[in-house]
This record gives sequence, structure tokens and C-alpha cells, in this order.
Amino acid sequence: MRPTRLIPLLLALTLAAPALAETFERQLANGLRVIVKEDRRAPTVVHMVCYRAGSMDETNGRTGVAHVLEHMMFKGTPTVGPGEFNRRVADAGGRDNAFTSHDYTAYFQQVPEHKLGEMMQLEADRMRHLSLDPAEFAQELRVVMEERRLRTEDQPQSLLFEQLTATAFQAHPYRVPVIGWMNDLENMVPADARSWYDNWYAPNNATVVVVGDVDHQAVFKLAAQHYGTLQPRQLPVRKPQDEPRQLGIRRLVVKAPADLPLVMMAYKVPVIRNVEQDVDPYALELLAAVLAGHDAARFSTSLVRRQRLAVEAEASYDSTARGPGIFYLQGSPGEGKTVSELEAGLRAEIVAVQERSVTADELARAKAQLIAGQIYKLDSMFAQAIEIGQLEAVGIPYAQHGRLLEKLQAVTAEQVQAVARKYFNEQGLTVGELDPQPLPPAARSPAAGS
Amino acid sequence: MTACKCLLLLFLFLVTPVTSAAPPIERWQTASGVRVLFVESHALPIVDIQVDFAAGTAYENFAQAGIASLTRELVELGVAGMDETQIASRMADVGAQLSGEVDRDRASIILRTLSMGDKRRVAFELLRAILSTPQFPAAVFEREKARSLAALKEALTRPEALVKRAFWSAMYGSHPYGRHETTESLATLERADVLAFHAAHYTAPRARLAIVGDLSRAQAEAVAEELTAALATSPGMTAIAVPELPSSSEQRIAHPAVQAHLLLGLPALKRGDPDFFPLIVGNYTLGGGGFVSRLMKAVRDQRGFAYSVHSHFQPLAQLGPFEIGLQTKKEQAQDALAVTREVLASFLREGPSDEELLAAKQNLIGSFPLHLDSNREILRSVAVIGFYELPLDYLDRYSDNIEEVTLSDIKAAFARRVRPEHLVTVIVAGE
Repeated sequence: MRPTRLIPLLLALTLAAPALAETFERQLANGLRVIVKEDRRAPTVVHMVCYRAGSMDETNGRTGVAHVLEHMMFKGTPTVGPGEFNRRVADAGGRDNAFTSHDYTAYFQQVPEHKLGEMMQLEADRMRHLSLDPAEFAQELRVVMEERRLRTEDQPQSLLFEQLTATAFQAHPYRVPVIGWMNDLENMVPADARSWYDNWYAPNNATVVVVGDVDHQAVFKLAAQHYGTLQPRQLPVRKPQDEPRQLGIRRLVVKAPADLPLVMMAYKVPVIRNVEQDVDPYALELLAAVLAGHDAARFSTSLVRRQRLAVEAEASYDSTARGPGIFYLQGSPGEGKTVSELEAGLRAEIVAVQERSVTADELARAKAQLIAGQIYKLDSMFAQAIEIGQLEAVGIPYAQHGRLLEKLQAVTAEQVQAVARKYFNEQGLTVGELDPQPLPPAARSPAAGS
Repeated sequence: MTACKCLLLLFLFLVTPVTSAAPPIERWQTASGVRVLFVESHALPIVDIQVDFAAGTAYENFAQAGIASLTRELVELGVAGMDETQIASRMADVGAQLSGEVDRDRASIILRTLSMGDKRRVAFELLRAILSTPQFPAAVFEREKARSLAALKEALTRPEALVKRAFWSAMYGSHPYGRHETTESLATLERADVLAFHAAHYTAPRARLAIVGDLSRAQAEAVAEELTAALATSPGMTAIAVPELPSSSEQRIAHPAVQAHLLLGLPALKRGDPDFFPLIVGNYTLGGGGFVSRLMKAVRDQRGFAYSVHSHFQPLAQLGPFEIGLQTKKEQAQDALAVTREVLASFLREGPSDEELLAAKQNLIGSFPLHLDSNREILRSVAVIGFYELPLDYLDRYSDNIEEVTLSDIKAAFARRVRPEHLVTVIVAGE
């Protein structure tokens, strides 16, 4: 099962059956799901464990705990001391890391293929036996606060995005930043991490993804050996926390040290809930591609090049998520232009699609990009593992991946026009503006001159 | 001696798969004199091409700083018979992607395309046009200049950009590696300057081509000829001056950020220098080895001072920097700096322990295939080998070269290359 077999299929767009055959899946008796994709181009393997618990499962006062626990997962078990996990991976000639999102938490290693068993042993150990030592916890919390300072506090764009999201959502936990609010971090205690770990870190809430130079039968055997002995557990009830209907436009301003203003617009839109029956999420994906998917897309051609309204303009949308969807537009105004002029320009691009739809050429181009992107993704084992983990985490079986691509290929210009009309109205819109604040003179002079 | 033998034995089981992981590299020269490196790989229907010109920022005149990036930006925005939107549309039609970058030494144009005949032919033809008939339309020049100015003004408010600029200036002074674009230098650039910079630097003798992917040797040769046929045959290569080492210094720049950004370092290493291997093996223990390095343990794990701290060597055509970098809450910047300096000093005094040396080699050799696990990674490595004229067996010899490094090699190399009397420190947003 070489990945090359997918390619003619991708191109012929007859993906379903054989694309399915390319990955292999098994569920252990304890509920753990194992998905294997064979890619034999280099003698290495990516091993990833995804827990279906992310910041959207946190509660008030404990925001950021999903991510803090992710950090603590490297701080030892009774048999593997603090920092030992990283050392063992490094000694195996590997690299490793982890990430937390709104929807899930993932841990991954890339190692020479013969080290896969050792990685499974380490992951299985910390799936059940984490120490959560209070002294290590206190130290690591300081590291996480430094991470928040680095990624958010001193980053005007991140601050704006954080505030925008917190405004667009009021009930749904997507309103909370993944890294957590600083004050919650300052007041977090080891017991918070412990209860998070006990709640969610169980084989029946996890998926193991393996991509690389492996035989799937051998991987299933290794997985049963290392993960098979872990006991499943009752998971907490997940409340829907649906966002109430937005009743009108919301606006906010963030003031931060910067030079370029920035406007971000968030429209509430749906995401994929039923791969077969849904239409709108696929049309929204193609709308994003036609607006800003490449250098010849509308934003670049019209807003940046022709009108010079923007120095940069982007559109982004992800059709896969556990929670509600957002379609983002953003841009920085060009010289002599204002944020409101740019906002009007961004809206005008939407109106153009609402009134005149998109051309057949544009749609074909967007689809060509999409197929090429899928093939280019095969060049990265990490990208393949993350794609599998992400789909599984949001509840779309990876087996349906081929169908997703087919549904995208089937989108028509009329459907793109229809979603532009249906979702892009003031009712569901939140607009954030970055109002740049000049630096104190002392900060400006030495660097400008150097 | 005994320690060395143990090591050799230990690595026997690793050496076999590692050696086989290095892809065979083929080399030839086009009729126009451009050197080409090629790795044939049919696993995926993809072709990656990187064209590097000796046209990085080191080749700018002081008054024209910023011209290297602007030229690279503009080269793909209009060719004979096609405007920027037509080029981008055709690229998108066949699913091809054009990217690039500019560093001190190189200006790169990178193409990724599907290898199917009808797709790749379109992409290659566009790349050929970009290499041979760029037009630099006046209106596009004005717009891109304005965008560059806007991006620079924004960067000059960012602590991470400010610390980098001040750091390179402190290390290199008036040497070309120390120069930076300023709002003044950018504002004075004219279209004619870009035309002149392009004519002087985007030439055959200054170009190197790297091709990886789904082509036969014959196809790759034909593509290389096609792409380079119209390149000018002069001017040729020019040398970058040897930088003088700075005196030790410490510079502080005020900034309202909540975190201080710190960089410490000095000009240290050239491409192709035999000290390369002892330095990267030693640096793994100091601050290159991710979570397991001494800096990470002392600064992050034991004190919680920073999310990340690293040290690394960036070898260039001339002495490139050794740098240590971290970000930490303003109030503890001084303490974090003291710890960092102490870790460096004790490393320079003692070098790695036997266990650390062993762990470094084990990881660097064991992880070697990870760095060549995709066409993208192979392209990156092969382009460096081609541009800096490293030996063609560089990848084959890599593991042996790592393995042969001894403790005394490391101590001697660090003593030669990282001398505290030349170490500069820059702190932005410290108290």
C-alpha cells in the first residue's frame, strides 16, 4: 500500500474505495483506536497520540488547563523521571513535541522505524501513570506564562484575534484562548491538572496514528502489546454549550504598540456535521480559496494590486471543528487608506460574489489547487498524521477523507454564491480593529538607525 | 582512545540504515555554465526546483539596503508578454507553487509542481520566463516598495525584529552582514536600481540549480538547459569581505513589551570549515539539542525563565554567527542572562561530559534520516551543498564525520570560535 496509489485516484477523482484501502484501522478492546498509514519513502515513522479533549472542554476559572497538562506530560511518571521522556526520544535519534487546540491534544514523535515500540511504551506509560509532582508543576506553570507572554501578550495580532474570538462567542467555550487567561494560569493548582488528567486521559478517549515505514499488522500487534492493558474509563458528560443566535454586528478595538492597523472580520458559519448530506461547508471552503487561496485570487488581485486598499488581505475558513465555525477576513490598509475603507473593500468583495457569483475559471483553479495541495501533503509524514488526527478528533472518520475531497470537487458556482448570500450579513458579524500605538521615542531611535 | 572504540562499536548498528538514507546526488553544468545538482525520486509525482543566486543582502550597497529583497520580490511580478496576475493565474491553474527567500548570501526562487507532463511544462515555462525576461513594471515597483516600507515600519515596532537588527549590527559593524534596510534606504530606491542589481547578480556564474523529484536525468538536464539558457554570462562571482571580530559589548534597547528579548553571540563559522562538525556536536549539548540541552535544562526546566532557549551556528559564505537566544519576563531578564552566561562559560571551560557527547552523537546520527524524509528536506540540503560547493559526498559522510568528533576536538573548536572577548549581547525590553 504505497501512497503513490492514491495519486492517480486523486487525479481521476474516484477516490473513495481505494483511498480507503490505503490506511488501516483497528480498535482495541479498551476503546483505543489505532490508524496506520504506510509510507515507505524513508526509514522513519511518526507516532502520534490524540486525546479528544481540548480547551473547549475546560471550565470557568480553569482555562488553559488542557495546555498546562500537555506540558506536564513531559514531567515524569514513577518509572520515567522528569525530562526523561525527551531524553529517551533524543537517544532514539528522534524528535518530539505536542500541541493543544480547542478540540484536542496531540503528542507526537518522529523516530527511526525500529524505535516505534519504545515510543508506544513511553506513551502508554504516561497515558495512565503521570506523576504531576507539585514542584515540577509550579516550575512548568512559569514556563507556560512565559509562553503566553511570547505568543499573545506582546503580539498585537494575537491580542486582536483573542479579543475578537472572545467577542464573537459568548456562550460557547471557543471564546476562551487555548493557552488560557493569564489570571487563570496564575491561580492554577496541581489538583486542576490532576482532575483534567483523570477525566480525559483514557484509551477510550484516544486515537493512535502511525504514519511511516511500517507494516500495519506489526503496528497493530505493538499497539495491543503496549496500550492493550490500559483500562477504559467513564468519560465526563460533554454539554453542547451551543452559541445563542447573534442579534447584530459586534465591534471592538484593541490598542497595542504597532505601526500597521489591522482589521479582522468574523462571520458565523457552519462546519461539517454530516459528510454526505452537508453542502454549505464545502462551498465555504471554495469561497475562501477563490477569495484568497493563491496569488491570483481576488483579494490579492483586487484589494492589494488593483485598488491598493491593502498591503495584505486574507480569508480563512476551516470546515472541520468540534465546535461552531467562523469565516475570517482580515487585512492591513495600504498607505493613505483607513481601516474603514479596507473593511468596506473586503465587504465589497463579498457583495461581488453575492451578486455575480464566481467564474468557472476561478472555481476550476481553486479545485486544481486543492488537489495539488493533497498531493504535496503526501511529501510530509507529519502533515499526513496531523490530517488523520484532526479529522478523527472532530468526529469525521478518516475513512471518509476521500469523500470530503469528492464533495469539494462537486461544489458549483451557484452553491458558492448561495453561501455568500446566506451567511455574510451583519447579523452574524464581529469586527475587530487593531489601533496601533506608537512606541515611546527611546524604543524607536536606536533600531531605526542601525 | 578507549572511549572512541566504544563509540564505534555502539554505532555499528546505526550506520547501515543511515548510509543508505542519503540519496545519490548527480551533478553537471549547463551550457550557460550553471552548476546543477539533481536527486531523482519517483515516489511522488512532484518536482521541486530551487534556483539560488549570489544575490543576498551582503551584495547590497550600503545606501541601497533593502534592494536584494525588493528585487527578488519583483522578479516574478511581470515577464515579457505576461503581467503578474497572468503569471499567478497560470501557476494556480496547474497547482504549482512559487516561493522564495533572501538571506545574507542567497536570493532563492523555489518552484514546486506536479510532475505530470501537462502540468510541469506550464510551470517550467513560467519559471524560465521569470529567470530570463523579468520586466519590473514601474507601477508594480512603486506598489511593492510601498508595501516593503509598510512592513519595515511595522517590524521596527516589534521586539523580536529590533533585537535581531541590533544583534547583527553589533556583531558585524559596517561589514555587509551587519547592514539593514532602513526607512531612508528603502525610500530612496528607484526602479533603475533594481534593474541594475538584477543585471549584476542574477547571472549564470552566480546561479546554482537544485532539482529533486519525479524526472529522469535526461528530463532534468533538458529542464536545466531550458531554464538557464537566457541567463547573462557575466558578471561572475564576487567575494564577501572577511568580517572583523567585534569587541565584547552589551547593548540595551528600551521597549514597552512585557518580555525581554535577549541575543548573545559573535561571528563564528564559514560553510565548509572543518570546525563545523565539532561545533555542531558540541552545540547539541549546549543549546542545539532541543529539550535535552544544558541551556534548556538550566533556563527552562530548573528555573521556568523561558518558554524556549536555543543556541546555534549559522554558517555562511563568510563567518556566520553563533547565537544564543531567549525571551523572558522583563523583571527576571538580568537573572536569566546571568544563568545563560554561566552555562556558556562552564561549557567553554569543560566541554560536554562523556555521556553528553555520546548522547549528542547518538541523536545527530540516529536522526539523520529524519532530516531527509521528504523531497522538500532533500531539496533544502542539496541546495546548500550546491550553493556553498560542499563535497558531493557530504550527506554520505555526514554520520562518519559526526562519529569521529572527540571531546578535545569540541573544546579546541569552541576555544577557537567562541571567544568571550568577542561576544556581543543585545537586550530589548529588559528593565
